[in-house]
Amino acid sequence: MGLRVGIDLVSVDAVEESIRIHSARYLRRVYTSREVRDCCAPDGAPDARKLAERFAAKEAALKVLGVDDEAVPWQSIEVHNDRFGSPSIELSGAAEQLARQRGVMELNLSITHEGPLAAAIVVARVRDEP
Amino acid sequence: MNADAIIEIRRVIREHARLPVDVDTLDDDADLFAAGMTSHASVNLMLALEDAFDLEFPDRMLTRGVFESVGAIGAAIAELAPVADGDRPLTGGGA
Repeated sequence: MGLRVGIDLVSVDAVEESIRIHSARYLRRVYTSREVRDCCAPDGAPDARKLAERFAAKEAALKVLGVDDEAVPWQSIEVHNDRFGSPSIELSGAAEQLARQRGVMELNLSITHEGPLAAAIVVARVRDEP
Repeated sequence: MNADAIIEIRRVIREHARLPVDVDTLDDDADLFAAGMTSHASVNLMLALEDAFDLEFPDRMLTRGVFESVGAIGAAIAELAPVADGDRPLTGGGA
């Protein structure tokens, strides 16, 4: 059994700019409806800090999956919180298929934001290659 | 890819890719990620290109390679444009 680690850093300001310029289309193309719901205030306003954390998590996961030039839609990597508030990653579609091919058995996620930056680290347990 | 389309691609990159260098100092095959484009900026670039060329990149094209250079973006748009924008041919007869 081996471990693989991925990390990513995202500017909250860049996410705010994407929301301002591309609004709903940006949200729809990058995040799942569940992620958008989790990252919006009761009045529906998206929280750029939480979205930046999720984007960082998706990119960190792509690094762990060893994506070269495969097409992996961002929505196929979903971040959600468990009932205790801990973040986790759920793969579907192309990301799930790639994880199987790469021998990824389990993903663990940590996310944070502070000031202008959001960061994520993903640690994967992977099967040893034969 | 015609010259006007390349100029438009460079304009969109200049305005949306958050490059730390002027895109006009880069060759058509220069790697935009190596020049400082982040993965998040590549999302902005993709959405802005969709607006500029009135098309939508399908999931199969959401790869690093499609957005890694002016030339690669031009090739992807040329592939999509005949369907997405038939009134404005972007290939053949370029400068």
